[in-house]
Order: sequence, then C-alpha cells, then structure tokens
Amino acid sequence: MIKTRRPKLELLSNELIQKIIDEAYIILENQGVFIENEEALDLFREAGMNVDTSSQRVRITAKLIENSLSSTPPSLKMYDRDGEIEYLLGGDEVHFATGSVAVTILDSETQQERKAVTDDLIRFARLADCLEFLHFQSTGILSTDVSEIVSDSYRLYIGLLFSKKPIVTGTFRVEGFEPMHRMLVAIRGSEKNLAEKPLAIFDACPSPPLKWSNLTAQSLIDSARVGIPSELISMGMTGATAPITIAGTLVQHVAENLSGLVICQLAKKGAPVIFGGCPVSFDMRKGTTPIGAIETMMIDSAYTQIGKHFNLPTHSYMGMSDAKINDAQGGFETGIGAILAALSGLNVISGAGILDFIRCQSLEKLVIDNEICGMAYRLIDGIAQRDDPIALDLFKDFAADTQFLSMPHTRKWYREEHTFPKLIDRDPYDIWVSKGRKSITARAKEEVENLLQKNPPPLPDKEIQKALREIMLSDAQRNGMPSLPEISLP
Amino acid sequence: MSNEEFLSMVKKAIIEGNKDDAKQLAQRAISEEMDLNEVIEQGYILGIKEVGRLWEEGEYFLPELITSAECMKAAMEIMKPELEKAHIDMRSAGKIVIGTVEGDIHDIGKNLVSSILSANGFDVVDLGADVKLDQFIEKADEVNADLICLSALLTTTMTGQRKLIERLKEKGLYGRFKVMVGGAPVNQKWADDIGADGYSENALTAVGAAKKLVEK
Repeated sequence: MIKTRRPKLELLSNELIQKIIDEAYIILENQGVFIENEEALDLFREAGMNVDTSSQRVRITAKLIENSLSSTPPSLKMYDRDGEIEYLLGGDEVHFATGSVAVTILDSETQQERKAVTDDLIRFARLADCLEFLHFQSTGILSTDVSEIVSDSYRLYIGLLFSKKPIVTGTFRVEGFEPMHRMLVAIRGSEKNLAEKPLAIFDACPSPPLKWSNLTAQSLIDSARVGIPSELISMGMTGATAPITIAGTLVQHVAENLSGLVICQLAKKGAPVIFGGCPVSFDMRKGTTPIGAIETMMIDSAYTQIGKHFNLPTHSYMGMSDAKINDAQGGFETGIGAILAALSGLNVISGAGILDFIRCQSLEKLVIDNEICGMAYRLIDGIAQRDDPIALDLFKDFAADTQFLSMPHTRKWYREEHTFPKLIDRDPYDIWVSKGRKSITARAKEEVENLLQKNPPPLPDKEIQKALREIMLSDAQRNGMPSLPEISLP
Repeated sequence: MSNEEFLSMVKKAIIEGNKDDAKQLAQRAISEEMDLNEVIEQGYILGIKEVGRLWEEGEYFLPELITSAECMKAAMEIMKPELEKAHIDMRSAGKIVIGTVEGDIHDIGKNLVSSILSANGFDVVDLGADVKLDQFIEKADEVNADLICLSALLTTTMTGQRKLIERLKEKGLYGRFKVMVGGAPVNQKWADDIGADGYSENALTAVGAAKKLVEK
C-alpha cells in the first residue's frame, strides 16, 4: 500500500522561517523583554543574564534560548479526568477544543448576548463532554453569579465537575493558582500523579510588545514547577501592539514566546511548554481585533510552522468568528479557520462556540462547530489506498448494469471513507420544507437540548465532588463570598 | 510668504502627519512672533478637523488619525510655554485624567483616546496602564479635572470602573468629576449600571462625548 499523504499547509519558506527566528533572537539579546515579576527576574540573574533592575528589563542570550529549547519536551500527553484516555500533543496531532474565554453567552431563546451564570457553565461543560470532535474542553465562559475575584477557579471547578475531557484554563490572579492546582491534584490523588498525567493546560499571555506581567510570569513559574503544561499565548495586534506586517508580527511573536519558554525552563528544566498564541490582524478602520480575518489565520498558521520548526507542541485560537449571531459569517469564518488550523497540524485549537471577537460563547454554535471539526479531521486523514489493486477487482465483472451500492467493498469502506454529519442539511428540498424549513441554528438549538437530555452529567465520584467543593468554597470564603451558587442537577 | 500660505502649510503638516514640519512651523511661528492664537485656531485646529472629516469619509484609517494627533500634540508642546509667557489663556476644552484600570496592562485603546482628546484641545493627564483607583482620584483632585476617563480591556478588570465610582461616592466626590468609561468589554448598559456619566465606543466618539460632559 502506498502511504497516505497527510495534507499540510506550510505558508513560510525555510529561508523566511530562519530570518524571522534570527531577528527574534537579536531582539531578545539586544532589546530584551520586560518582566514585572521578581521571582522570574531572580531566575534570569541566576542564569547570568543582564537584568536591569529598575526597568525590570532582561536581555536573553542566544545560548540560553538554545539551552531552553533543547530542554523543552517536543511532545506531551494530556489525560482525561479518569486518567484513561490519552491525547498526544506533538507532531501534527490535531485536537480541537472549545474556545475560551467568553464574557457573555448567546441566549438560546433570544439569540442575544447576555451575562452567563453557573447553569450556563454547566450546560457548556456537559455539551463539550459529549461532542465527539472536541477532544478538549476549556474554561470557556465567565460566571457572573460568583465574585469576580474567584472567577478563574470557579470556572475550573464547574468544568472539572461536568466534563471528563482535559481542560484548557488559566489564572486571573496570582493567588488563583493554588486552589486551581489543588482541585487538579484532588482528582488525580497526588501531585506526582498529576504531573505524570496532566489534566489541565494553563494559558499565559504576554503583553505585547515584549512584556510579561507579574501574573502571567508567575503562572509560567508555578505551572512549570508542578508539571502543568503552559500554553504561551502571544497576542500581538498588527500595527497597534506589533509590527503591521505579518512577517514583522511573527518576529515579535517568536521573541515573546521564546522568552516565556525560557522562564518555564529556568523555573524547572524539562517543564512542558506549548508554543501557542492569539495574535490578530488589527482593524485599522474599526479599531477592533478580528479573529476571523484571513490575515489573523495566516499569522496563526505561520507561527505554528515556526513552533514545529523548534520541535515544540503547538496551539492557536482558530476556528471562531467575529459575527454576533450564528449567521453565514459565523459559519464561514469558523469553517475556514478550523480547516486551516487542521491543515497546519496544530496540536490544540481553541475556538469552538466562539462569536464576537472571543467575547461570546454560543451553545448552538458549539454543536455546529463540532461538525466543522469533524470535517477537518476527515480532511487531514487524507486519501488512502485501501486495497491493492485500488479498484480493478471491482470492475472485473463490469457490465451495463454494474452498480456499487450492494458490493461488499462498499459496505466495508463507506463508514471509513465518508462522514455523516447530523446537523448539516443534506435533505432534498421538499423534505427540508416538511421538517419545518429550519435553519442550522434552529436545528442546533434542538440538538443542544437533545444532547443534554440524552447524556447525564458525567460527575466524578462523590468524594472527589466533595473535595472539589471544599477547595472552591474555601477560596470563595477567603474572598468574601460566604457560599457558592446552588448547583441543580437534572 | 503670506500669512495664508503659512497657515496652509501648518494645515498640510497636520493632515499629512508630518511631525518634523508640524514642529518646525511651530518654532517658526514663535521666532517670527506671529499671532499664536491665530496659528493654532486657523492652522493646527483646522488641520485636525480636516483629519476628522477624512476619517468620517472613510478616507483615513487609524494610522493616519493617530499620527496627525501626535503631530498636533508635539506642536502644541512647543507653543505652550510661549502662550503661558504671553499670558494667552489657551482655551482648553477641559481637563481630563485618563488611564487603564488596575490589573489591566492593555492600553492601546486608551492611548488612542488620549491622543485624539489632546489633539482636540483637551488637557490630558495620561496615567498609563494598570493604574490604582486612588491614583485616578488623587490626580483628578490635584489638577482639578473635569473628567476622569477609565479604560478596561479585560472583563476581569472592567469591574474596577464600578469600584472607582463607588470610591468617589465614599469620598463624597461623586459629581465633582464626571466619569467616562470605555474599552472592549464595555457598553452603554454597563456605563448606566455602574453610574458612569458617559461612555464612548471609540476614540472619535470620545471627543464628542467628552465635550458634552464637560459642558454639562
């Protein structure tokens, strides 16, 4: 059999990759980065770097970058809540995740944005759990019925209770790390088990250009020390907080991510790091940050190629839309993004469900996007030679009445070769009319309810539930919230 | 060169966003002892108005807008000491203290608003990003500001806007300074909810909104 070719998108020539990396190294060595975190600055001092104490600026030598790159694992494995299902991050393995982190939810009834509450987070996590083509969940929505101080730990709490999938999350405050880490340990049983079988990825965003805030630098350090993979989310806006050219933004992106990677490796050699990002093509007319712009996707795909050049696991925010409702723009921006992301061989793709510049999560969109992700997985499976010869045997008895429907060969392969979406409309016109002329959004709305009814919440054991609740409650109480919202189970 | 020619050069420097020219012309106006008020009103301000018009028409985008605003600011800084020496009271459109609230290090939007406001004749004190709430209040008190402008990009920090208003109320200063809010997650409803006096969606509408609030 001829080996199946895995379709792949590579936007940059090797020559351009090298030039971008060279310039990123020069910037890190000459201009350096600002790091507003004393512990991180100490790590750089210990490593013999030139640290300007008053401006909190660090110059990083090429040698330290090289050393850090060589101690970063080229791949890592994530595990579900039960510690059974394994997901490899590395090479061209593709895992779609729900998008994060929205501040509103698109109300199912009104199709308007509104604030989310605990029940929305629960429905979101449960849906993420049962949607086949989403491998990871994320702490994708903020709940407004808890104090905003604990909004980071609370969203993790709900996610861990209501979905078994590995989770992409992150801290909003330095103190958030401890309770969040404790929850993860409570599930795994020990710190050692958690380090061996990571359940969560922590995102950390530098502030463009070339700065790590106290919070994000601390998240990198804390995560590295306990073996939680850090996702480096450089997020330059072309022409605003990063150079206007795509190649120029890539230079900055690489410099920012490399500086974050060095912080992780200085905190703990061998710490798992994911080369990620959320850069955008800044709209010079509206002053907005379109995630659905083709240029945004080009930057994403290109830095992914560079991450692979470094032999690192990769991540991006792709497969999302700036549309405000589930309209054609919502679908095509998401579709283009998801396909390009899969073709780029991205290991973690955060996007499903997202509208309105990552402000809004829509449960209807989540189930629609699940089908887009299914198409993307099919695409990258490529075209295989299933038999040898490919088709000659099927034509052996070729006659005027030859058809393929009843051939054993058809039955053998049709489920492998073709996918069968549930929501995408493939009905003949009259049948579509007889079913009530429903748009995909209307069908998605029904599917949301259907899935939630069919799939009971995948709660962990009672003892783990109790442990999680205690950690969450004490975090809430420390922050002036005497009790947690009631959780109503169906 | 006639006065008119000079003024049209000033206008051109602002419209084209040529900072060197904008500064040199300001120097020249001083050394040739021209009527600075006229140079500002009939040159620089007409220039920035034209930039606003080009923006409205969709001809100019943010890079042009921000460059012209910065040219304007640079020229005004050169002329300011002279105006003070001559006791010419620059007609300030109002005093504004602006910054991005505590915990938020994103200040691209705020910088834009700050530049555009100062180009449009406001005295702007820009406190930068990640500004402690009390710092806004202290500064506003110190310079006797008309308006405090608060930006937030993160939903987690936009609550700082509410806290500032609460803090003003606690200190009995609510009403003394008008408060205008903005930033990606902020909308009119939020502004109303927290009791802010004004809200602006973008840098251009901020000028009109600020003017309205100061006049009130």
